[in-house]
Amino acid sequence: MTDQLAQASRSQVNLVGLSKNDYRGNPSSLCQGCGHNSISSQIIAACYELNLVPENLIKFSGIGCSSKSPFYFLNRSFGFNGLHGRMPSLATGAMFGNIFLKGIGLSGDGDTASIGMGQFKHIVRRNVPMVYIIENNGVYGLTKGQFSATADEGLELKKQGTNPYLPVDIAWEALVSHATFVARSFAGDPKQVKELIKAALSHKGIAVLDIISPCVTFNNQDDTSHSYSWGKEHEVALHELSYVPPAEEIMIDYEDGQIKEVTMHDGSMVILKKLDRDYDPTNRAEAFRVLEESNKDCCLITGLIYINQAPPTLFDLYNLPDEPLNRLTEDRLRPARETIDKVNEMMF
Amino acid sequence: MILDKAETNPLGSQPAEAVINNFSITVATVNGSGSQTSNLTLMRALFKMGIPVSGKNIFPSNIQGLPTWYTIRVNEDGYLARCEDQEIVVAMNPATFQKDMAGLVNGGVLFYDDSIKFPISRQDIHIYAMPVKAMVRDSGAPPNLRDYLANMVYVGIVANILSIDMDRVYQALEFHFKGKQKPIDLNWSMVKNAHDWASKNLHKSDPYLLRPSNKTKGYIMADGNTAAALGALYGGLQFAAWYPITPATSLAETLHEYVPVFRKDPVSGKNTCVVLQAEDELAAIGMVVGAGWSGLRAMTSTSGPGFSLMVEYVGLAYFSEVPVVIWDIQRIGPSTGLPTRTAQGDMRLAYNMGHGDVKHVLLLPGSVTECFEFGWKAFDIAEQLQTPVIVLSDLDFGMNQWMTKPFEYPNTPMDRGKVLWEDELRQMGEKWGRYLDVDGDGITYRTLPGNKLPNSAYFARGTGHNEYAQYSEEPEDWENNLLRLRRKIDSSVSILPKPIITTTPEAQISIISYGSTDSAIVEAMTMLSAQGYKIDHLRMRSLPAAPEVIEFVHSHERNYVIELNRDGQLHQILRLEIPDCSMKLISLSHLDGLPLTAQWVVSNIIAKEEGQK
Repeated sequence: MTDQLAQASRSQVNLVGLSKNDYRGNPSSLCQGCGHNSISSQIIAACYELNLVPENLIKFSGIGCSSKSPFYFLNRSFGFNGLHGRMPSLATGAMFGNIFLKGIGLSGDGDTASIGMGQFKHIVRRNVPMVYIIENNGVYGLTKGQFSATADEGLELKKQGTNPYLPVDIAWEALVSHATFVARSFAGDPKQVKELIKAALSHKGIAVLDIISPCVTFNNQDDTSHSYSWGKEHEVALHELSYVPPAEEIMIDYEDGQIKEVTMHDGSMVILKKLDRDYDPTNRAEAFRVLEESNKDCCLITGLIYINQAPPTLFDLYNLPDEPLNRLTEDRLRPARETIDKVNEMMF
Repeated sequence: MILDKAETNPLGSQPAEAVINNFSITVATVNGSGSQTSNLTLMRALFKMGIPVSGKNIFPSNIQGLPTWYTIRVNEDGYLARCEDQEIVVAMNPATFQKDMAGLVNGGVLFYDDSIKFPISRQDIHIYAMPVKAMVRDSGAPPNLRDYLANMVYVGIVANILSIDMDRVYQALEFHFKGKQKPIDLNWSMVKNAHDWASKNLHKSDPYLLRPSNKTKGYIMADGNTAAALGALYGGLQFAAWYPITPATSLAETLHEYVPVFRKDPVSGKNTCVVLQAEDELAAIGMVVGAGWSGLRAMTSTSGPGFSLMVEYVGLAYFSEVPVVIWDIQRIGPSTGLPTRTAQGDMRLAYNMGHGDVKHVLLLPGSVTECFEFGWKAFDIAEQLQTPVIVLSDLDFGMNQWMTKPFEYPNTPMDRGKVLWEDELRQMGEKWGRYLDVDGDGITYRTLPGNKLPNSAYFARGTGHNEYAQYSEEPEDWENNLLRLRRKIDSSVSILPKPIITTTPEAQISIISYGSTDSAIVEAMTMLSAQGYKIDHLRMRSLPAAPEVIEFVHSHERNYVIELNRDGQLHQILRLEIPDCSMKLISLSHLDGLPLTAQWVVSNIIAKEEGQK
């Protein structure tokens, strides 16, 4: 089916003259049906539809199945597959090279919530402007099925027995750490995933996307909260979410009080159509409440949980030049010759 | 029995011959009492008098309340290593008083706070009691400042007895307090009062004197961490991430301080250098590897425990070929060790930092001036080789003040290595592969994020890759890549700082050393020479070993490798690199956490050489 789509779209180009193929990566070597592949496809689609130039994107990952996936999208973008749990630091440093690139980080629940919990919380706290996607399947896939930090308490896995520990809620952790954009989604809900990725790419700050992405090989039993069937049955969307690019008219008519509009800093808009509840994603306390409720009621709350566009990004704090730092030449980097006398005078 | 201390004159009426500009003063205080200001003031005053001087702070890993010693050595001939003999002691700490007194040489001098009520057990020393508490009380200074001012009392009294130029003392205070008149006046009036009190109440009985000289002309006083930070800023540093750790902290703090002074973009007036305090060393090195990969001149500075945490990322940087600079300000380990004591114990870890087949380029500065020089040079080397460069300094360099040659402006333009922006990549055409060795030197061409050409991007990784940076498990790809990396590092010696070699006619034995031990070794060479020993000296400035090092080792019967660690780590490395000279390499390791002394070198060399007979 992917090939047919590729065939069909080959002739089509977006506003920057690129076809969808220009956004693809290498063929995936993940398992057939892996949630991660679906997310990769939505990243490709989102970037294509947003008319982003792949050379203006930069991707990062840690270690694990999820962290392999940047190889399967955006071949024309630079990428760095770093160390287990330490993608955040790598990305933080690398993005300073050219702060005008859009960063996409790919991580998993082990990479983020176990070994990488520290770095995850710190990149969030620093508000490094990038998209941080966690492909959350509750299990270590690449080492063949051990419990991860997000595995359900009581989860039974073939070789592991019963998981005795309580799970980490990644969206909650992000929120606690002052994330400026927190969303949760489900790989089985590709439309929502795509719209959230678009919104995240337009966010000025860190955008954390905790996406439940089933592992078809090790953790896809009907009774685990990381499976396709459980997700499909228990997903409760906070709203119906659509992304409207800058300078595009909103074509949909809604009754009063049925939609919330969030204007992003680049002029684009995220339209949130009311479903069962009235949810305000700019209210942090409400975000905590809804996550707590989701865990208590054993449902999968999805959508834009929290957004706050006011805080400065890490880059805002450094007063950097208008050109990328990595293009500056010696005349701008090495102090002038005459300053050396001043330096020696400053010593004793 | 408590003797009447002030009246004691061990030498009776016999005046001793004056000892001028050649002795050590040890100030024993309690840490956190502000004594560092007083000690630096004394040392700087001596420097401005033109007398070669060094100051070594032997301090505890503690903020307040534990014993600390500061040793000032003056030597007209410029030998400024730590000295084992203590001619003068200023005893301000009751807890160490007896030990401090016991450590004095025969005929030495004891200045002491007269509130210390211990018996004076020695008859052979000169003694000056200082009414510190009374003077501080009479000064009318606010109570919260009295402890600090107490230490200015000994500055005034010592200055009086040893004839330190008071104008120079004032100059040192001005420098220390950055021209802020209020603290300058407060401290100066205490120094002055104490000085006047000594004139009226003390009678000089000891032979030690300081006389103005002209031997510090053409030198500055600086510490190695400041020098390294400034050197890095002159090297075009663009990104530094760090985490606090003694004794490396002041390096990064100096970066924070001087970025706004020296690194404003001449075009936009904005900052061209980012300094970021990370959450730990794992993150600091991760950020630096990211920054280095994206084309920034990137560095971190740390010490043993933090350095250990960086191992995995440094291995990745080696394998994915990312230029980064790591300053390791060594302290004594393993483990937390003695955080405030010096050592050269990280060389073995540094050289092979990472699992699997790894070998790094090490730079080994041997003076504070070289800390500045290697500060900028390290980036050229790292970017030329596209690999981590580890600079091994230590606490003695990093945190002590050294009389050193002024810093020199870099004498070569920045070398950014084989980087392809759009124009260069277009010229390369189809030939480009990230890890394709087109020049045959093991160094390949790299592109940087932000390059606008669609074929410029590649996916950097720690997993096996082929010449085009694609994932590969092909045995041949792996082997070729690893062999190329070895070729690259081995051939790096041509661009690394050469060793400094000092020869003596007919010498058959040698000393090999590196780093902060140089001053002790140079002094020891003179002492050994006076005893008839003919010895050559080689100071290593980088690893892998240069051909000059190999030849030098070959050409001596016995090479004594002197270093500050237990196992003789440089000795081990040289044995591995020059296996046919294994028996010609003898390890002399100094292990107590204190800087090396010439006396130690002399006695150990003589003992070994005597054993040869």
